Amino acid sequence: MAALTAPRIVSSRRDYDDSFTLSRFLETGGFSALKKALGMFPEEVAAEVDAASLLGRGGAGFPAGRKWSMLRKSPLSYLVVNGDESEPATFKDHYLVEREPHQLVEGVIIAAYALQVSQVFIFLRGEFALGLERVQQAVNDAYAQGALGQRIFGHDFSLDIVVHCGAGAYICGEETALIEALEGKRGFPRIKPPFFPAVTGLYGEPTVVNNVETMSNLPWIVLNGGAAFAALGEGRSTGTRLFALAGRVNNPGVFEIEMVKNTFRDLIFDPALGGGIPGAKALKAIIPGGVSAPWFGPELLDTPLGQDEVGALGSMLGSGSVVVLDEDSCVVRAVWRITKFFSRESCGQCTPCREGSGWIERVMYRLEHGGGRLEDIDLLLDLCDNIAPGISWPPQQTTICVLGPSIPSSVVSAIKMFREEFVTHVVNGGCPHD
Amino acid sequence: MTDAIRTKVTVTVNGRAVDAAPGELLIEVAERAGTFVPRFCYHPRMEPVGVCRMCLVEVDGPRGATLQPACYIKVSDGMNVITDSEKVKKAQDGVLEFLLANHPLDCPVCDKGGECPLQDQTLSHGSGETRFIEEKRHFVKPIEIGANVLLDRERCIQCSRCTRFAADVAGDPQIAFAGRGDLIEVATSPSEPFDSIFSGNTVQICPVGALTTKPYRFSARPWDLEQVESTCTTCAVGCRIAVQSSGDRLSRVLGVDAEGVNQGWLCDKGRFSLDSVDGNPDSSSPLSRATRITQPMVRVGGVLTPTSWDEALQRAAALLTEHGGDAVGAIGGASLTNEAAFAWERFVRGVLGSDHLDAQFDDGLDPVLIQALPAATIDDAAKARVVVTITGDLREELPVLFLRLRENVVRHHRSLVEFRTGPSALTAVATHSLATRPGEVALVAKALIEGVAPKGMLLNDATMTQARALLGDGSGVVFVVGRPNMAESSVFVEEAIGLLVAGFPKARFLPALRRSNVRGALDMGLSPQLRPGRVRSPQRGRDTIAQLEALRDGTQKSLLLLGGDLLGNMADGGALAQSALSVGVSVVAVTGHGSATLAYADVVLPALVAHERSGTVTNIEGRVTAVTPKISGPGSAWSDVAIAAELAEACGQNLGCLSIAQVAQTIEETLGYPALSVLQDQHFDGVVIGGSVTPTRRGTMDPMAFPGIRSTRTNRAAATSGSVDMIDADALGVTNALSWSDVTIPSVTSPLADAYALRVVLARRLYDQGVAMGGSPALRPLVEVPVLRVRRADLDRLSFADGDNVIVTGSKGSFAGTVCADEDVVPGTLVLGFATGAQSVQQYLLDSGKGISDVRLASQ
Amino acid sequence: MSHLRPDIRHRAEELVSLYPRARSAMLPLLHLAQEQDGYLSEPAIVEIAELTGTSAADVRGTAAFYDMIHLEPVGRYVVGVCTNIACLLNGAQEMLDHAVRSLGCAIGSTSADGLFTLEETECLADCDRAPCVQINHRYVRTTTTQAFDQVIDQLREGQLDHEVPSHGTLVRVRRQGGLRVSREELAAQRSNAAAARAQRDAAKVEKP
Ligand SMILES: Cc1cc2nc3c(=O)[nH]c(=O)nc-3n(C[C@H](O)[C@H](O)[C@H](O)COP(=O)(O)O)c2cc1C
Ligand code: SF4
Ligand code: FES
Repeated sequence: MAALTAPRIVSSRRDYDDSFTLSRFLETGGFSALKKALGMFPEEVAAEVDAASLLGRGGAGFPAGRKWSMLRKSPLSYLVVNGDESEPATFKDHYLVEREPHQLVEGVIIAAYALQVSQVFIFLRGEFALGLERVQQAVNDAYAQGALGQRIFGHDFSLDIVVHCGAGAYICGEETALIEALEGKRGFPRIKPPFFPAVTGLYGEPTVVNNVETMSNLPWIVLNGGAAFAALGEGRSTGTRLFALAGRVNNPGVFEIEMVKNTFRDLIFDPALGGGIPGAKALKAIIPGGVSAPWFGPELLDTPLGQDEVGALGSMLGSGSVVVLDEDSCVVRAVWRITKFFSRESCGQCTPCREGSGWIERVMYRLEHGGGRLEDIDLLLDLCDNIAPGISWPPQQTTICVLGPSIPSSVVSAIKMFREEFVTHVVNGGCPHD
Repeated sequence: MTDAIRTKVTVTVNGRAVDAAPGELLIEVAERAGTFVPRFCYHPRMEPVGVCRMCLVEVDGPRGATLQPACYIKVSDGMNVITDSEKVKKAQDGVLEFLLANHPLDCPVCDKGGECPLQDQTLSHGSGETRFIEEKRHFVKPIEIGANVLLDRERCIQCSRCTRFAADVAGDPQIAFAGRGDLIEVATSPSEPFDSIFSGNTVQICPVGALTTKPYRFSARPWDLEQVESTCTTCAVGCRIAVQSSGDRLSRVLGVDAEGVNQGWLCDKGRFSLDSVDGNPDSSSPLSRATRITQPMVRVGGVLTPTSWDEALQRAAALLTEHGGDAVGAIGGASLTNEAAFAWERFVRGVLGSDHLDAQFDDGLDPVLIQALPAATIDDAAKARVVVTITGDLREELPVLFLRLRENVVRHHRSLVEFRTGPSALTAVATHSLATRPGEVALVAKALIEGVAPKGMLLNDATMTQARALLGDGSGVVFVVGRPNMAESSVFVEEAIGLLVAGFPKARFLPALRRSNVRGALDMGLSPQLRPGRVRSPQRGRDTIAQLEALRDGTQKSLLLLGGDLLGNMADGGALAQSALSVGVSVVAVTGHGSATLAYADVVLPALVAHERSGTVTNIEGRVTAVTPKISGPGSAWSDVAIAAELAEACGQNLGCLSIAQVAQTIEETLGYPALSVLQDQHFDGVVIGGSVTPTRRGTMDPMAFPGIRSTRTNRAAATSGSVDMIDADALGVTNALSWSDVTIPSVTSPLADAYALRVVLARRLYDQGVAMGGSPALRPLVEVPVLRVRRADLDRLSFADGDNVIVTGSKGSFAGTVCADEDVVPGTLVLGFATGAQSVQQYLLDSGKGISDVRLASQ
Repeated sequence: MSHLRPDIRHRAEELVSLYPRARSAMLPLLHLAQEQDGYLSEPAIVEIAELTGTSAADVRGTAAFYDMIHLEPVGRYVVGVCTNIACLLNGAQEMLDHAVRSLGCAIGSTSADGLFTLEETECLADCDRAPCVQINHRYVRTTTTQAFDQVIDQLREGQLDHEVPSHGTLVRVRRQGGLRVSREELAAQRSNAAAARAQRDAAKVEKP
């Protein structure tokens, strides 16, 4: 049974149809956390976030408090909010920007105050037309309320937020590519070193990049204290988290549940959550953490939804997305579609990713559509090895960013778990499901 | 020892300890240790980007040994690097295989076949078999992205060398990546072709056959090419080049990575004008620049008629000696070699007994001043803490010097202050840009020294204070001084230089003279004020203007023209020269190409030109390098040295030296000037005279960085096995004989401009009407159409609009033209390109040798 | 002469002023140009190069990196059907095939009447309503082919003009309020804050 007693931290207004309006926001405690934070010293706010042990919700799961403490001291620094959400089957930030835009803005102002940053950019993927309008409206409302602009609520703190729209490129979710896009360039991830935008980021200045959901947790943390947040969940995975459940489930959607206390099985099968698989079919595989993550078979269903718990099994919780494949789903087709995604979305800078993704996609296409050869299976594994030597997770890489080594995840998982289906595709001269 | 004072780190490469400077790139350190790491995107003259991933090597770190791009990683003390493990080999093979996945295997028909880094590294590092059976990416075959550059996108490996060169090095981002993933391609915008004057460099550094040049395309196969190393004589920077020919036909020119000079780059004029050597085979009129003069000619019945050398020499000797030494003089010679210049100097002073000789066409600076300046090298300027330019648009005048100065600012974040007389490509990167109207340059210099902005000028106090503070006492400062405006007498800038030398005692100066070997010609005494070896001449002869006036007045009766098109090279459009040569004087012209000036010639003697001749030349910084013949001259053209010697013979005298080597030996022995030694060791980057630098020896040239250039190392080893090794100019005895006290600094006041007039700025343009352009099929279409540029506010004030047709009236007459609004023009001035087909109009504007020119505009 | 209409040009200049560096306005400007022309036209490219201090090739090349920017004219409605993993598992291929037939245009092309351009998209982050369809980047949430046809009919009849503005118009909420905080002001605030902190620390020390 799922453990559903934890409070809703970022989706507390989910039962209101007008959760995105200023009036509903104010009625439900809007800006009270900000006002409290402004009465604290910035470092006290940061200390609460540190105490909360809030792990970044964008994918890498880096502790927000630690990231903030790395911000290089400089008269000019920036906070950039990552709302590019393009990892396939991830749609939790979509929920937050459309349904809880004021909460996001409040969280952002709190973070900016804690970091003593005076300029924030909220980067939302361009396809979120409605979300962009709602967040812009929330920013306008905040200005009108005195929660943004000069001397916020009468305190010695001023802040400007610019809502920036992307233009359609998955790679812009990678934080350095996002910074490049924000500088008006192609979304080419920056080569490391420097390793952290907190040292050299936007315009070469120290920059904190945090995910939309990470920011949305801040009002609750300030109001209830970092300790209360840390009391939820277990180990390094504290608090609750939004999970985006999709694929072959009866009740797909975004669910806020306590971390570690619930398992993949709870999420997928609990009637209050995923509600099981249509037609009570058997579960074939799950893709935890977005398509960049290696897959899990049914035997791992009882793995708790915690960062280290999933990590220990060679995959990642990543972006909080869970995709369910049932017994009728064709894994070869699924892998082909995922590799097609990476091939389309590779920024094109580095050779192994640019050429490797295209090559793998073409081989997968042949396997799925006819023309596959038995030796293709080992060829795929070797090409994957040339992108991510050793094919392990977390990956080694021959590329600049981790999009490259994400390509092998599904290919290698599927071959390891379902090699015979690949063989069937070859023997059959195409997909047997067609 | 702390890191702060650590100047040396030790790195282990494959178990061998190597010393390196902290922050050096691993790829360079490994190479020094004898380990060549394969690469594509890395180019030693650009910032590393680490995108191709070919150079992955194992580096020990906190997470164990990981694969890192050697081109991007900076070494640190104790770093342990492995470049030859199985893991490295697999990674590199993998990258190569990926690169070849979409790369067409059309090597046999590819221009790059045989000299292709991709091909070479595939042979040395690839697995040899292909596992890629898919269809390759297809693009429409080559597209023309610039006048001389073709792009075959299928062959592109996305290394971004070309786009980085264009954007970062040249500052001309007209090519850029478009698209994403494996559809990424280099592209231009339809509204803006890749018309950078540096476009050819992108072709040279392309590691595959994606970029090709139109002139060279399909013209030769690499293995048929023979190469010599030489010096470009298109302008006075003296870029080192590799000249290649297939048999006796010139194929191409490539930039050599000469550390102190061009570092591999060339401008397109220097690169592509090689087809002007032969001229246009259909052009036979001696009055056309496209005509190659192949045989001696004498005027018979008013017509230049081919004749024998013997007759031509007899005739020339008679004309030149007819009226005695004071009635004869010589103009030109700045485009000759040092040996040729020396021979002609000996001929004019020694045989003809005249002191009237001048290599400058009234477009240079006082030769004594040039020689006496506290000298800076190009490298000094390119590494200076602050560079101050008092020149026209350097990109148009000395393109590669522009690149080097630009790099100092944009890559190394040093400062640049420019005296700006008109549109200039350096303005975009200048720390301070001081608007300077004609006649004001000394006033601006004074304002800079005092750090205040006088009333009535276009300067502001804040800028002047900041600029003043930046310059300090001049230490670390290099002034690059030339002629900012051809319509302004040299005395203005000479006065400014005088003030600056006194005002910034620690500063050094680089003269920005433009004519190819003008410094060498002056060093060889082709000057009314100088004798060979930078010695002041006891008698002061007539300079170019004075000779022309003397010819017009009848004081001088004959003229020896040493190459060059006199009419086309005069700022006044040749007006004075035309009037001087039309009064029945005798003219003997020694030249390789036709020109309008030959309409006045009585005898024409055909000379060898660049790529045919041998000798040495001296660039703006005083660096002596060799020019090496690659092909033989046409018809019965001779070298200038031979012509001078034979002409002396015809005059009944003996010049004392017959061959180029003999002249070079004489120069070296009598003047201590490094001619013979440089001539014999052609494979290094020369010697700077009077400079503080020792001659630079070139390192191995990275074949991945300079594909197409035959390794110059083996050649040099052969050359240095002889007697000549390191040449030290000082040891040879050349020191600057002239000191600053020898210089007479003029003091001038400029007349005030009236409110209705515009002051003329005559700006040098690279794509002018000279022989290099006019005679080159590749470049001829690029010759600029003349435009009159005026600021919009000035047009408004004078009630004109952008694009209006106007009548321009100067001191000598009027002409019609079209005005074009340009905000880069300095207020109150009108900018006209020099020798951009507008010679006929210049004559109305300028009085040769007269201070400043004003014009008025009227409606047509 | 400005290619951008005066009102658009005005908004373009406002956008540029929002950022510390002009080039940062690139993506918003590309969208804005599409709002005027429906796609990114060459004259708009030249103007954006001028506004951002870049070159036309750079603007074009940057634009070509991004899927939402069209360098060729498109229909009034750009219909995007996601076929990525969650949608694929829930009938996206059928939806896409249906769209091809229903709109009468192949993937990547525009219908004969110039109304619709069909695209196969990557994940649109609306996976609980799979297969996901966006029209001009508005979620239309038509998970069945019948619902899809209904929406298309409504668009044809102009009944959804408010919900789905013509292609290029993205964000209709204009920014209100807010100026960038000046450096001087920031410095003053910082020193005030530092003073307050010092005071607090002093108070801490005093307490035993
Ligand atoms: C290919 C790639 C795509 C990414 N996409 C996103 C994204 O869409 N949203 C996001 O918040 N983080 C994304 N990330 C992670 C970011 O780089 C970064 O770690 C994150 O925004 C940091 O925020 P957080 O610490 O609050 O999680 C992506 C990373 C990679 C490598
Ligand atoms: S790994 Fe792929 S997406 Fe990442 S920088 Fe390299 S080419 Fe771009
Ligand atoms: S990544 Fe190092 S040479 Fe290309």
